[in-house]
Amino acid sequence: MDLFSEAIAWIFSPDTQSGSLPLSEAIATHLAFTVVSVLIAAAIAVPAGWLVGHTGRGREIAVGLSGAARAVPSFGLVLLLVLVFGVTHKVGASTTAFVLLAIPPILAGAYSGVEAVERRIVDGARAVGMTSSQVLGKVEIPLGLPLLIGGLRSATLQVVATVTLAGYVGSWGLGFYIVQGIQIRDFAQILGAALVIVVLAVLLDLLFALAERAVVPRGVRAGRDGR
Amino acid sequence: MIWVVDNLDLIGRLTVEHLRQSALPILLGLLLSIPLGWLAFRFRLTRGLMLTVVGLLYTIPSLALFALLPPLLGISFLSEINLVIALTIYAVAIMTRFVADALASVEPHVRQAADAVGYGAWRRFWQVDLPLAGPVVLAGLRVTAVSTISLCTVGILIGIDNLGYLFTNGYQRQIVAEILAGVVAVVVIALVIDRLLVVLGRALMPWAGKGA
Repeated sequence: MDLFSEAIAWIFSPDTQSGSLPLSEAIATHLAFTVVSVLIAAAIAVPAGWLVGHTGRGREIAVGLSGAARAVPSFGLVLLLVLVFGVTHKVGASTTAFVLLAIPPILAGAYSGVEAVERRIVDGARAVGMTSSQVLGKVEIPLGLPLLIGGLRSATLQVVATVTLAGYVGSWGLGFYIVQGIQIRDFAQILGAALVIVVLAVLLDLLFALAERAVVPRGVRAGRDGR
Repeated sequence: MIWVVDNLDLIGRLTVEHLRQSALPILLGLLLSIPLGWLAFRFRLTRGLMLTVVGLLYTIPSLALFALLPPLLGISFLSEINLVIALTIYAVAIMTRFVADALASVEPHVRQAADAVGYGAWRRFWQVDLPLAGPVVLAGLRVTAVSTISLCTVGILIGIDNLGYLFTNGYQRQIVAEILAGVVAVVVIALVIDRLLVVLGRALMPWAGKGA
């Protein structure tokens, strides 16, 4: 039997569903970590990004932050925070690391979305008597939504990948199967878990791709060419 | 700090390894993405196909990709070639989109002018399109270099020693300074390579604006 069929067999084997870490529980934990971390990061980064995009203040910091963040190795950040917080606070430490990694792409999506709104449109909104906060709320934020969703999309993928790596510090999430599989040389388990992770990541990505399209205002969509 | 001073030679050795392992994927990413990016730019059909494929590849988490490649390619799971191929796939995924956007950023008039003075398609690509697309390609190369250097650390999970060794070793021995040294070293070399690429870009593409 080749490794792929063994991996599929591993995914659907009763042992996988009922072992020390049942597959359904690993998927649920993986998703829970991802959703909670991205939501916390969004609660911080979205208002901050909108403010930066609207006022133009703090732009240098936001650009620098999102650029430099790419250089931070996510695996190292998780291990560092777990050691600093103490091994009894693994969940809090890992979540903090995920949130920190999710903030820069969301911030970039939020400010670049607002900033990308054409000057003429903003001037037009002011000219018809909108206040500054109305311009932000009724013009800049709606027009900037696709880029914001794009930021949330990158953040989510980043977190899904990092939760996988966090399988090294705790017996949770889908990454644990891979880390454990490496130790016991169980390649069917490694590949099986990897396939589940890929499906999860691709489904989440697809969800965001659909959302990115859905939030484009109808009038804007009509005016665009096929690009 | 004491840990860092005592282990400078280890950090140095791992840094050299790290750079060696990252260099090939970055270079291959640039070389492979030029034809692929051109395909994505030139034809509507290949554009959708290319961008969907690279988008999907980029979606795969690193640890899962390490697991997928060995049975597909018949290579060993715990091997450097596995790491290098995985990093190359991510590099190509990032670069292809940048190259396609870069080629699209070249002004159509310039292309028409080149056609008018008698450039053939091949010569025009290398002497007009690509040089003018250069600054955007460089921007993509910088993103690729930084994320490759950062991602390379995950190789330690499949037994490849590089700066990622400081993460797992520091974690097992509970030395915060060791992990911190690893994180800082990765960030520093990523930013140094990023600056080097900017300087190199200025030297090779004097026609690019200050923004590049």
